[in-house]
Amino acid sequence: MSAFLSIRNLSAAIRGGPRLLRAVSLDVEVGEVRGLVGESGAGKSMIGKAVLGILPRAVEVVAGEIWLDGVDLLRLRPAERRRRIGATAALIPQDPLTALNPSRRIGRQITDRLVDILGWRRGAAEARALELLNEVRVPEPERVMRAYPHELSGGMRQRVLIASAFAAEPKLIVADEPTTALDVTVQKQILRLIAQMQARHGTALLFVTHDLGVVSKVCGSLSVLYGGLVVEETSVRDFFRAPAHPYSAALLAATPKYTDPAAGLNPVPAAVIDAVRAEVAAADRNWPHG
Amino acid sequence: MLDARGLVRRRLGLRLWLSGGWLLLLLFAALLAPWIAPHNPLEQDLFTSRLPPFWMPGAEPGYWLGTDSLGRDVLSRIMHGARIALIVAFIAGTATMLIGATLGLIAGYYRGWADIVISRLIDIWMAFPPVLFAILLIAVMGPGLTSVIVAIIVIDWTRFARVVRAEAMTQGAMDYVASARVAGQRRLGTMLTEILPNVLPTIGVLLTLEMGIAVIVEAILSFVNLSISTDAPTWGGMIAEGRLAIHQAWWVLVFPLITLFLTVLSFSQLGEGLKDRYDPVLR
Repeated sequence: MSAFLSIRNLSAAIRGGPRLLRAVSLDVEVGEVRGLVGESGAGKSMIGKAVLGILPRAVEVVAGEIWLDGVDLLRLRPAERRRRIGATAALIPQDPLTALNPSRRIGRQITDRLVDILGWRRGAAEARALELLNEVRVPEPERVMRAYPHELSGGMRQRVLIASAFAAEPKLIVADEPTTALDVTVQKQILRLIAQMQARHGTALLFVTHDLGVVSKVCGSLSVLYGGLVVEETSVRDFFRAPAHPYSAALLAATPKYTDPAAGLNPVPAAVIDAVRAEVAAADRNWPHG
Repeated sequence: MLDARGLVRRRLGLRLWLSGGWLLLLLFAALLAPWIAPHNPLEQDLFTSRLPPFWMPGAEPGYWLGTDSLGRDVLSRIMHGARIALIVAFIAGTATMLIGATLGLIAGYYRGWADIVISRLIDIWMAFPPVLFAILLIAVMGPGLTSVIVAIIVIDWTRFARVVRAEAMTQGAMDYVASARVAGQRRLGTMLTEILPNVLPTIGVLLTLEMGIAVIVEAILSFVNLSISTDAPTWGGMIAEGRLAIHQAWWVLVFPLITLFLTVLSFSQLGEGLKDRYDPVLR
């Protein structure tokens, strides 16, 4: 278990229902940025949520291991697991509009985590929050600390959330589609900001997205998912040069090319879908729990 | 845009002023009733029975809102009745809120078996006709102020529980709750710091509504003579007595009715007004 985050044969299922993750394995090294890509429902968000211990109530992990910093989270008691996750990992959520508590001031929301959970002094936590708001280039950070979320724009809120995620210097951040809910113009700034912050702090990043363009800008490696199955695991360079799996190739070809309008839209061919579905079915045949 | 907002602000202000003003006036009258009421509310005087209110021919000075069939001063009785109405409103309202909101919060945030138990309890509770339920309860416990308050709590906690549960469920699905959990916040802490503040404005509105409802329930129970002892003046009791002489002395019924109406309306308007003003999400 050399990798910082190492997921081994993780399977999750809706209680008494179908499997959502099919023996997923992936590693994230210290300081690595790994993209998780796939269509809606491929299970990419589920992986992030499983790592952070925030799976929906209806979903349970049925098998596998999640090694975080040398400890298998799934073998810990819930309180101990939560403590470990809180000390090592953080989340940059998808929708900045629902990710900040509307009835509490920004400053408290950033500092409470530091004070209540990590035991910082309030003054030190406030200084740290200001420092980070400056770092993510929030204008007038002192004013923003006193503001309520609704007083800020979506992009500004996402900056606040990024600052909040980095506040306790986590070693791993799960970014769950952090730009999907934003304007295209703001998306680019936020992406650049996440990349800069990641590089400066040396944080490992698990980047969940359906946008291959985003992957090419931010990630070093990626895992392609279909139906809760990792179909390809590769470096970004190799992926964009020559994807190994036919589904990956079709996914890459399906990305619209603005530079070449004549290419048109290329949906993933039915034959490729059938093939990858057969793989998913094959994975379930080996599944001992039926 | 700015103008329109300014206008809305002013209207909200008026609503708060009117409802708050009426309730303050009522509170003042209730607290000081023994000293400022023009007459003893229980004093009977058959020589001054069924005196009309002050603007009508035959009115006597000092009996502003007239007298009832036994010659008791209507204004003084309304003021003394306000004491019971407000005691019931505050105590029953607050207690109902505490019990209902706590259960709703637990059901809505913890879900699981707690939710199953509490939700089924709510379903069962709501299948009982509330007024009959109250009458039954008081028949068992015997009439009196405590019984009235207990009856209101027992009947109405579901009103809070249902709404707060739904709100807590909505809030529980928000990303900021997930973030708090990731950061290592315990479930109880998350419920109190992340969920509760967002449900509070709703609880506040429900509380003022509930206070109004408590006033009505107390009046209904007094009307059917199940509230406190019959000689203490209550609005419901006055309405019941006034009903018997509606053709000879309409004021005995109408003035307590208007007071009741204004009070209940003011409670609900106060809640809405406060929410509009202090809910950071709407503000």
